[in-house]
Amino acid sequence: MDFNDTAEENNFRLEVREWLEKNAPQDKKIGGYDSIDVEESALERAREWQAKKADAGYAAITWPKEYGGLGASSIHSVIYSQEEAKYNVPSGIYDIGLGMCIPTMMAWATKEQNERYVEPALYGKEIWCQLFSEPSAGSDVAGVRTKAEKDGDDWLINGQKVWTSGAHFCDFGIIVVRTDPKAPKHKGLSFFFLDMKSPGIDIKPIRQISGGSNFNEVFFTDVKVSDNQRLGEVGEGWKVALTTLMNERLAIGVPKSADYSSLTQLAKNVILNNKPAIKNDLVRSKIADWYVQSEGLKYTKMRSLTSLSKGETPGPESSIGKIVSAPKMQDLASFAMDLQGAAGILNDPDIALMHSIFQNQWMSAAGYRIAGGTDEILRNIVAERVLGLPQDIRVDKTVPFNELPSGR
Amino acid sequence: MNFDFSEDQKLLKEQVARYLSDNCPIEVVRGVLEGDDYYSSSVWKGLVDLGLTGATIPEEYGGLGLGPLELCVIAGELGRVSAPVPFSSSVYMATESLKLFGTDQQKEKWLPKLASGEIIATFALSESAIEPNPNNIKCSFSSGKLNGRKMPVPDGSYADLCITVVNDQKGGADKIKMAIVSLDELGVNKKSLKTLDQTRDHAELIFDNVDAELMNNSDDGWNDVQHIFDIAAILMAFEQIGGAEASLSMAKEYALNRFAFGRQIGSYQAIKHKLADMYIKIELAKSNSYFGAMMLNDDGADLKIAAAASRVAATDAFNYASQENIQTHGGIGFTWEADTQFYYRRSQVLGLALGSIASWKDKLVTQLEEKNIS
Repeated sequence: MDFNDTAEENNFRLEVREWLEKNAPQDKKIGGYDSIDVEESALERAREWQAKKADAGYAAITWPKEYGGLGASSIHSVIYSQEEAKYNVPSGIYDIGLGMCIPTMMAWATKEQNERYVEPALYGKEIWCQLFSEPSAGSDVAGVRTKAEKDGDDWLINGQKVWTSGAHFCDFGIIVVRTDPKAPKHKGLSFFFLDMKSPGIDIKPIRQISGGSNFNEVFFTDVKVSDNQRLGEVGEGWKVALTTLMNERLAIGVPKSADYSSLTQLAKNVILNNKPAIKNDLVRSKIADWYVQSEGLKYTKMRSLTSLSKGETPGPESSIGKIVSAPKMQDLASFAMDLQGAAGILNDPDIALMHSIFQNQWMSAAGYRIAGGTDEILRNIVAERVLGLPQDIRVDKTVPFNELPSGR
Repeated sequence: MNFDFSEDQKLLKEQVARYLSDNCPIEVVRGVLEGDDYYSSSVWKGLVDLGLTGATIPEEYGGLGLGPLELCVIAGELGRVSAPVPFSSSVYMATESLKLFGTDQQKEKWLPKLASGEIIATFALSESAIEPNPNNIKCSFSSGKLNGRKMPVPDGSYADLCITVVNDQKGGADKIKMAIVSLDELGVNKKSLKTLDQTRDHAELIFDNVDAELMNNSDDGWNDVQHIFDIAAILMAFEQIGGAEASLSMAKEYALNRFAFGRQIGSYQAIKHKLADMYIKIELAKSNSYFGAMMLNDDGADLKIAAAASRVAATDAFNYASQENIQTHGGIGFTWEADTQFYYRRSQVLGLALGSIASWKDKLVTQLEEKNIS
C-alpha cells in the first residue's frame, strides 16, 4: 500500500509541473469566481488561461484527440488538477460547460455541430450553461414545465429556469423542455441547445440567503430555436438529460471549507469554563468525529484514485462524498460559532474571530446540502444504485403530465 | 497510487472467507451461545490448519511470516461471520506482544506453539470498571511471583498463556511491565463471567503467588501497552467492518423480502436512508482503517492517530449497523431465534475491548495537537 505514482504517472506529473512553471500566471489576485459580479477583466484572464491549457492539451485531458483532448485517462486528469491547484489560476468558469454541456453535445449533436462548438468551448472563447432546474422542478427535475411548441420548422420556448450558474456571461446553453404536456412526465420532454443571446431571454440574478449572488433566473418569452438545435428525438429529452446528469456528479463538488484544523485553531484561542476550549471534552469529542469524517473522505478518494490508476472504474464508495461533507460543513460551523458565545452571531470579518469563516460557511452550507442533489436524494441514490433497494412507488409515471396534481 | 490490498492478499481473503462460510455458519455461533463450550474448537482448529494463527509469526518460529496487511484481511472475514474463536486475544494481542516485547527465549518457547495451535494465549490489562492507567494497576509482580486480579480477560477460562500487565512494585517511572504467566500454574483461579456475548468467553483471573516471567519491555512499559492497543485497534477495526457489512447485508435482504402496507419495506425512504447511512459509516470506517493498515505495515509515524481514527470510525459503523439491523427487522429481529443478535452482541465486545471511545477520541485529539496540524 502506498500513495506513490507509477513511473508513467510520475513522468506525466513532471511534464505537467514543468509546463505549469513556465505557463501558469504568477498573479496572486486571480481567483475563481465566487460572485456573480465577474468583471470583464477576470473573464478575459480566464479565457487566456483556458486557451493556453487547450493549446497544450490540458484543457480536457480525457477527451479524445480529435476533439482537442489528450486522449489520456482520468488519473492523468487528476494529476493535472493536483498540480494546477498549487497555482492561483482562474477556475470554475468552464466547469459546467466542459464538464456537462459539451460532453452532452459530443454524445448527441451532429458531427458538424461538434466541429462548430467543441473547439471554441475548449479554448474558452464560448462559455456554456445548463438550464434544467425550475421553480417547480428541483429534485424532481423531470417535472419541468418550460415548454417548447412547434412554430413551422422552429420551436418557440416559453417559461422559466432557475439556479443557472453564469447565465449572464454565457454564450450558449443546453435546456430540457416540455414538448408534450399530455404525455407522462418523462415521455414529454425534448432537449435543445441554444444561443443565450437569443431575443426573448431575460436573465435576473438570484439573491441567496447569504446575500451573495452566484446564480440566475432565466425567463423565456417566445424564444425561437431551430429544430436542428434539438438533441435526441422529440419526446426523448430525458434520455439526453441523463447524459448530462451523469456528468453532474463529476462537475459539482463541495468547496474546500473550514475543517477540524480550523476548529482546533479556534478552540485553542477561545475560553470555555475558564479553560481553553480545546481542553473541553465535548469539544475534543467533536473534533475527533470531524477528523474521522474528513480523513475518511480523503482516504475514500485515495481508494477511488487507486481504481483509476489501475484503469478501473471507481467503486460506489465515491458516492458518499457530498452526503458527508455538506452536513459536516454546516454542523462544524455551527459548533464553532457556539464556542464564540454570544459573539458567535457576528458576521463582520473585521470584528468576528477568524474573519467570519465559520459564520460564512454556516450560511453557504445550507445551499451545498441542496445543490447537485439534496442529502435526501443522494441517500436514495446510494440505497437504489449501490445497495439495490427498490425505487419508491411513483404515482406520476403513467399519468399525463398535465393531469398531475401540482400544489400551489 | 496503490491504496488497496494486493491480489495475493485478496486471494487470502477469499480463501479465509470460503473456509469460514463452509465451516462457521451462523449455527456454529449459535451453538456456542447456547451450549457449554467456551469457543468453537473445530473452527479454531481449521484456522490453525490454514496457518492463520501463525500468519505474522516469522518462519523461523514456525509461522507463515506474513505481514499485518494479511492479518487485516483475515480479521475482516472473522468479523463477517462473528466467529466464536479467540483470534483477537491470542493473535492480535498476545502474539503481537510476544513478537515485539518477548525475550529471545520467550519467543523460542511460545511462538512455535502459538503458530502450531498447541496453545492459545490472551492479554490482560483491565482489572475493574475503572479505566486502567499507569497509576492504578494493582496486579503486582515481584521476585518472580504474580499477585492480583484481572477482569474481564478475553478467553481467560481456557487460554493457556496470559500476557499480563503488571506493576513491578518498585515505584519507578518504568513500573508498568508485561509478564508472561501460564494459566495452568498453581495459584491461578479462573471464573467465567456472564457477559453480553457468550460466544466470546471472558473470565476473572485471580493470581495468588503464581510463577511468572517479565518480558523485555522498554523503559516505558505503559507506552508498550498502548502500542499493542494501537495495533489491535486497527486489526479489530477490520473485524468490526466485517461485522458491520454482514449486518447491512442481513438488513438489506430482509428489507427486500419483507412486505408491509402492500410493498417491500425497502422501498420506504425511512428504511432506504437508514441503510444508506450504514453504508456511509462503513465506507468511512474502511477508508480510515485502510490508512491504519498502511501505517501498521510501514510502522509509520501516523500509527497512533490512524489507530484512534480507525477505532472511532469502525466502532461507530458496527454499533450502528448491528443495532439498526434489528430495527429494520422489527419484532422478529428481537427474538432469540433471529440471527441479528450475534452481531449486536459482538459489536459491544469488540467496541469495548480496548477501552472507551471517549478515551480514544481524546487520544486522537492529543495526537492532533502533537502533530501540530492546527
